[in-house]
Amino acid sequence: MQKFTMLDGVVVPLDRANVDTDAIIPKQFLKSIKRSGFGPNAFDEWRYLDHGEPGMDNARRPLNPDFVLNLPRYQGAQILLARENFGCGSSREHAPWALGDYGFRAIIAPSFADIFFNNCFKNGLLPIRLDAEKVDALFKAVEATPGYRLKVDLEQQSITAPDGTVYRFEVEAFRKHCLLNGLDDIGLTLQHVDEIKAYEARHCAEQPWLCA
Amino acid sequence: MSTQTLYDKLWNSHLVRQEADGTALIYIDRHLVHEVTSPQAFEGLRLAGRKPWRIGSMLAVADHNVPTAGRAQGIADPISRLQVETLDSNCDALGITEFKMSDLRQGIVHVIGPEQGATLPGMTVVCGDSHTSTHGAFAALAFGIGTSEVEHVMATQCLLMKKARAMQVLVEGTLGKGVTAKDIALAVIGKIGTAGGTGFAIEFAGSTIRRLSMEGRMTLCNMAIEAGARAGMIAVDDTTIGYLKGRPFAPQGEMWDKAVAHWRTLTSDAGAQFDQVVRLDAAVIKPQVTWGTSPEMVVAVDGRVPDPANMADPVKRHDAERALHYMGLQANTLIVDINIDKVFIGSCTNARIEDLRAAAAVARGKRIAANVKLAMVVPGSGLVKQQAEQEGLDRIFAAAGFEWRDPGCSMCLAMNDDRLEAGERCASTSNRNFEGRQGPGGRTHLVSPEMAAAAAIAGHFVDVSAI
Repeated sequence: MQKFTMLDGVVVPLDRANVDTDAIIPKQFLKSIKRSGFGPNAFDEWRYLDHGEPGMDNARRPLNPDFVLNLPRYQGAQILLARENFGCGSSREHAPWALGDYGFRAIIAPSFADIFFNNCFKNGLLPIRLDAEKVDALFKAVEATPGYRLKVDLEQQSITAPDGTVYRFEVEAFRKHCLLNGLDDIGLTLQHVDEIKAYEARHCAEQPWLCA
Repeated sequence: MSTQTLYDKLWNSHLVRQEADGTALIYIDRHLVHEVTSPQAFEGLRLAGRKPWRIGSMLAVADHNVPTAGRAQGIADPISRLQVETLDSNCDALGITEFKMSDLRQGIVHVIGPEQGATLPGMTVVCGDSHTSTHGAFAALAFGIGTSEVEHVMATQCLLMKKARAMQVLVEGTLGKGVTAKDIALAVIGKIGTAGGTGFAIEFAGSTIRRLSMEGRMTLCNMAIEAGARAGMIAVDDTTIGYLKGRPFAPQGEMWDKAVAHWRTLTSDAGAQFDQVVRLDAAVIKPQVTWGTSPEMVVAVDGRVPDPANMADPVKRHDAERALHYMGLQANTLIVDINIDKVFIGSCTNARIEDLRAAAAVARGKRIAANVKLAMVVPGSGLVKQQAEQEGLDRIFAAAGFEWRDPGCSMCLAMNDDRLEAGERCASTSNRNFEGRQGPGGRTHLVSPEMAAAAAIAGHFVDVSAI
């Protein structure tokens, strides 16, 4: 997994609540059996004026000029600023794959849906929860300031704004450790093989119908 | 800890180890697999030279991409076909039990697990699908996972996670005529919002829940995720045990008796503490209809489309305005004045035999309205379909003008050919009314099977409690 340590990136504001994973990556793109290549179809229905299907040359499709990701000032953005309950709905990991493939490394929102939040950490993408008032202040600042950037420091658990304001954020110690070091969860879990085997032997002896 | 919630019991009995920050390694008993979220996990496993930890814990089925008509001709879309073939070849290569497309037992993963007795009380059940919460109806700890976690469970039989907080949703009293588990689910979401259950595991309890059938309980737990909760669950009782007896994957004979004795303990202890309790009075719940593009945008069928101008929260107002624009609705319109173009009866929420019986009872002897272009019934599994045909439900639907299809996820998410065209309005028994969910530009109204059937007959929403 790609490490996450520090990030200094352009911020793009997506000003709507309850952005669901169907919107982040529509279902027709879930037919792929690969993990990569979803970036051009992130937010497909909002981003393009035509209907997207797998296999299309996305570079030739008509862009929706009103969609925020298409505005010139937000090109190259690596930080997505969002509202409440971002990533709700389906468990599709294609959502963080698409956001990561697009170029995002961090998402800031007042709240995230649980499965999406979890999936981000498996893909080197940092979801940051900040109070709604702080997010609201960031929305105002981003919209008022072309080229607005934020500095994210995972080690320090801080976000620094251009005016020097520092926002602290929480992240679970284990997730932080994995992200800072780009660690693979499976490798870590397999360090505990003996404990898993011992548990399994006991569990299957107590409830043999579970292990048939 | 003297008293425990059902969630505490399920969590504690699957805890392998725990880190200082509370991150736990949880053992997984049942891993359900479908074609959309598994190929990258199988590939990851292969690239790392790993094998599945316990093949017997896995049960696979293709459901999202399968056609619901003309199945003998196979899957026309080559990309969909490749995804289903990839599941087949992965399962064949590793010896994983899979119900292939031609198998009578094939169906929606969340219908076939319980139907086969592959979902049992006291289990941890996972699947790369958010509606895995369905299986919690059997007092199992069941939740959806992403593809990285699918690979993690395959490789280690465990998941890394932190314990959620516990919420109890208490529903007491008698449901009115025509009011179903779907309406309870939508009423709960309307009350707490789609993020109300975020960070929680929900236990549904109370006299109303006790009287629900297993089908109803599955509908309710299925929608826990639409309230933001990864897991929903209901304690074991005679209804649970009666449903499971004799199912192919359920224990038999002496083992059954031992299992039942254990299952009887899978309830929250009297006096167990929940982090949050939400109460609903069953008697005041009316048939529900969603009006917007989030399941929390819901009102009773005798209500009106809300007016965003009356909403104080600017974010909510903005979202409601956008939703009304997408849905092509005017504020203050009576719900019963909304005409529909299509009807979908199916999905992991409402495609079980009881759902089809309820819809057929409404459709019996009637005819779909002239303005309804398509009304389709998609059974949840081949076995549900067979049972329905033995009961003559298919003939009732056909006589009323409904199409009777083969099992799969179908127009719940429109990954196969079943979809809405832009601007079409659908009365749907599925679980999500997101923009584009049933097809780009499609407009979804979530309702119960009874409500969907009644809307098909009338051509607009009608209050089934008043028929």
